[in-house]
This record gives sequence, C-alpha cells and structure tokens, in this order.
Amino acid sequence: MSRPGDILLSVKDISLRFGGVRALTDVSFDIREGEIFAIIGPNGAGKSSMLNCINGFYHPQEGTITFKGTQRRQMRPHEAAAQGISRTFQNIALFKGMTTLENVMTGRMLKMRASLAEQAFYIGRGRQEEIAHREKVEEVIDFLEIQAIRKTPVGRLPYGLQKRVELARALAAEPELLLLDEPMAGMNVEEKEDMCRFVLSTNHELGTTIALIEHDMGVVMDLSDRVVVLDYGKKLAEGTPDEVRGNQDVIDAYLGVSHD
Amino acid sequence: MLYREAGQFKTSYSADQAMLTIPLDRVFVVGLTIFAIVGIPLLASEYLIASILIPVLILSIAALGLNILTGYCGQLSLGTGAFMAAGAYLAYKIATNITWMPIWIVIPLAGLCAAAIGIAFGLPSLRIKGFYLAVATLAAQFFLLWLFVKVPWFVNYSISGVPTAPPRSVLGFDVTGATATNEAKYLFVLAFVIALAWIARNMARSRIGRSWMAIRDMDIAAELIGIRPLPTKLSAFAISSFYCGVAGALWAMCYINTVEPTAFDINRSFQVLFMVIVGGLGSVLGSFLGAAFIFLLPIFLNSAPGWFGYTVAGDTITHIEFMLFGALIIFFLIVEPHGLARLWQIAKEKLRLWPFPY
Repeated sequence: MSRPGDILLSVKDISLRFGGVRALTDVSFDIREGEIFAIIGPNGAGKSSMLNCINGFYHPQEGTITFKGTQRRQMRPHEAAAQGISRTFQNIALFKGMTTLENVMTGRMLKMRASLAEQAFYIGRGRQEEIAHREKVEEVIDFLEIQAIRKTPVGRLPYGLQKRVELARALAAEPELLLLDEPMAGMNVEEKEDMCRFVLSTNHELGTTIALIEHDMGVVMDLSDRVVVLDYGKKLAEGTPDEVRGNQDVIDAYLGVSHD
Repeated sequence: MLYREAGQFKTSYSADQAMLTIPLDRVFVVGLTIFAIVGIPLLASEYLIASILIPVLILSIAALGLNILTGYCGQLSLGTGAFMAAGAYLAYKIATNITWMPIWIVIPLAGLCAAAIGIAFGLPSLRIKGFYLAVATLAAQFFLLWLFVKVPWFVNYSISGVPTAPPRSVLGFDVTGATATNEAKYLFVLAFVIALAWIARNMARSRIGRSWMAIRDMDIAAELIGIRPLPTKLSAFAISSFYCGVAGALWAMCYINTVEPTAFDINRSFQVLFMVIVGGLGSVLGSFLGAAFIFLLPIFLNSAPGWFGYTVAGDTITHIEFMLFGALIIFFLIVEPHGLARLWQIAKEKLRLWPFPY
C-alpha cells in the first residue's frame, strides 16, 4: 500500500564509527511524507544508531541527512526537536518523578514562549499558555486513552502504560516525523494490538510520518508502508513488506545461512 | 483536615491548574497567611518572634532556594552558605553605599548579585554531576567566604571586619539593624517569605519547573524533547542562588544584625541541605517543614528534659543532637527520600480512607 508522497527525510551514505566499531556503513534511504517506515534487522544491526543519527544524538562521520529540504550532518538533539522530530525510546525514558500530565506537558516545551517573570508570577502568557497547552495535551491524552492516569506519577504505572505515556509525550510536540524505537517491545498481545491501533491512527488521523524500529515481524508487515533492513550496519534491502519478505539476503540474515 | 477530595469537581483547566485546587485548602492557606501577618505579631512573645520565627522563616527561604537546585533540578550543592554570604555582604555594601535606595530593593538586588555568582559556579554542572558537582560547589563555599573575609572593600574597610547592619526603614518603621522592633523585622521577613514561596510554587507548575524536573529525572530524554541542558541548569543555579542571597541578606540584616562570615560557613550549607532532605526534595511545603524541624529540634532537645524535671549537661545535649541528626538523615535517605512533605501526603491519603485499610 505505497502512497505517493514527497520525501520528508533523506539519509545519504551515512557512516558512523565508535572507535574501531563500524555501527553504520554507507546507509541510504528516504522516508516519504505520510508513510509508516520500518527499520528492521537483527540485534546490533545499527537500527537504534540510525535513529540516534536522525535526531542528532549521534553525529555520523560521513554522509548527510536532509530533513524538509535542509541538509545537515551535525545537529544538537534540541535543534532536531525544534524542527519537528520527536521520538520514543527502547528503554522507557520518562521523567519518573512527574505525573503523566506533567510528562506530556514537557512535550509542548518548545511551543511555549512565556518569559521567566510571566511564569514566576503566573500572569500574562505564563498563565494563558499553561491553559492553552493543557487543552492540546488533553487532546493527546484523549487520543491515547490515558485519561484515568493523568495525575499519577509515571513511576507507579505499569510498563505498557508507560510506553503509551511516552508516545503521548512525543505526540504532544506535534511532530512531523515521529521516531519509535521498539514501541511494542515487552508487551503482551493485547497491549501490542492497542499500540498498533495508536500508531495507525496517529498516522491516519494526525498525518504524522512515522519511522519505527520493531522486532515483531507480524507488526512490521501489517503496519508499515515500506521497510528497510539493516544487518551489521549495512543496508540489506528496502521496499514494501512483501518485497522485503521475499528477499534472499533478508531471509539469510534472519535465519542464518550455512557457509559451506 | 476534615474534608474529602471526592466530589470536588472542576469544570475548566484553569480551575484544575490553580495553585490550590480544593476550596478548603485555599481557605486554610489564606487563613494561615492572615494569621501569620496579623495574629502572630499581636499574640506571640518577643522570644518566639525574635529567636524562633524570624530565623526559621529566613532559613525556609534558603531551603526553598536549595530545593529548587537540588530537589527540582537534581544538582547537588554544598555552596548554600556561600551564596547566602554573597547576599549578606552585597546587601550591606549596597545599603551603605547607595543610602537612598529603599531596603526592599536592596535585598532583591543583593539576591541578583548572588544569582550572578551562582551562575558562575554553576557552569561546571554541564560536565560534572552528582558528588563531583557537590565538590565543585564546595569550592564556591570556601572561595567566597575567603574572599569576603580577605577583601576589606566588602565591609567598607571596617576595622573589626564584622560591621553591624545599617538601620533602614520601610513605611517609617525600622526593619533592619538594632533599632528595629522584632515585630517589624518579622513582618519584613514574612513579606519576602510569602512572595518567594508563591513564586517558587508558580515556577514549579510552569514550563521552567518542568524543564528542571525533566533534567533531574532523565537528562538525555530531556535534551531530545528540546530542553537545552546548560541554560536550564544555569537558570536553576541562578534562581536558587537568588533565594539563598535574599536569605543571607535577611539573616544578616534582620536576625543577627551583623555581617559576619561565621554565620555562613560550611555548617550552614549542611544545615540547609539537611532541611531539604528531611523536609522533602522537590517540595515547597517540605522546605518549610524541614527548616522548622531542623532548627527547632536542638531547641526542643535543650528544653525537653527541663519539662520533666531532669537536668542534662549541655554537652550531652549536643551529642544527642549529633546522633539524632545523623540517624534522621540516614532514615530519611533510606526510608523516605521525599521527606516530611511526603509523610504528610501519606498521612492525608491514609486518613481519607480511615478507618478502613484501603
């Protein structure tokens, strides 16, 4: 089900090394506007490193990343956030001491303009923004069905809900590109189905472009429009789920191949 | 408190985001504030005002300041005393050199100077964390105190090096120095406490408070959602030092009436740190509870044996004090890192269900 769309993010010949370890070697792919793009591969293939390059946490030694027509190689994470890239993490990275509501509110951080004095005295923009952004945040909370845990400190929530709150925080920033690092990891079937539903409705209703890393092949094949396969930091294949599924290199990488 | 949270509905986000969402809480806090302003000066004894309320209130400001830095932003600091000293010495310098300036401007101005110094000593926080940062702030503690003692310019070349606080007045009442009445001093300090506590609560529920907490809880994730670590940490250092500076200025001007280095030594830093730990990290209420508790415990220990007709030697009391403080700090760090404020919250939750266990 490939949809036509302009290229939102273009990754070209990215190479990333940590000392002698080559995490990524000459990886190129495009993510098109409005699609769900999956990055798959065995453990240690460089999938998370790829996401970290995209949102500026790692700086690749070679290659370029073009987002919305602007090319860059070196970028700080907060700049990527300001440009409209937000993400979730493989190991949940919520702010444990804060409530669900506060966590999701942090996602709106970059859209707030109130000065320190306005915040300190809770006047003017300081007050208006808190209320206006609260409305936006409540929309996200409704969308992800986490109304009941609004005021609960996230440290007390079960794992599946924490993953959902993390998605809420990323969505609150109204990103153009949403990076999901293993959104279904460690979930039971029911929670996975919920999460798939949220990912799909994010894509359909909000029109957010999504790049996700996932190990559950059923999920990947059902959700994604296009898939790229990495192995040992190199790109093995790219294409629709069906194309990738039939690719001999991919089958070899996943099932192993006898060297005789 | 005789109320339940059930049935307290809110119909707008602005009501839900009010500082105190429950009407009875509001009544209680407003009532307490009015009592503190009107009732205490009329009813309380001179001893209670001069020797207990004034220092506890001033130390609450310092505890609020450290709580912003350590409790909200997660940056451990042992330089509280130094930032208080900066406030005290600079308030003295400004008050004596720019004599026309009203004292209620001088003290925040001294706080701003302390904030600038705080930013300078907060710079290493980008690179170093935890105990290493604590050691860096310890450098501030020793360096600043050394500076204020060694450079006579700060005390207007006073020969003793320990000048007395200049008498200054607000609305015709002396509020600083030896001539001020205790009630006037108390009200002057109280005004700062109310304003600064209110501001601290506002910051805690606004963007800046959330960005501090985000940095505290997970700095990498904070950076990835667009919070810049250095400005956020420096703002915490600046605002924390501002609070400490104001507290130091008030301590010198309204409590001890002299500007002296021993009032702001390392023991003061630890005292305020204990207040924050015992009171509750990341809680405005906790700063007050902690300040009152840590300041009052020695006084209680001194007088308690007398109530029962025992006499205990002074040094024994001091030793008991050390042992109790040590035990309490360990207790709170292990059992309840969120301190008295959290215990209060648990008590409220339990009472809500009482007499049922759940």
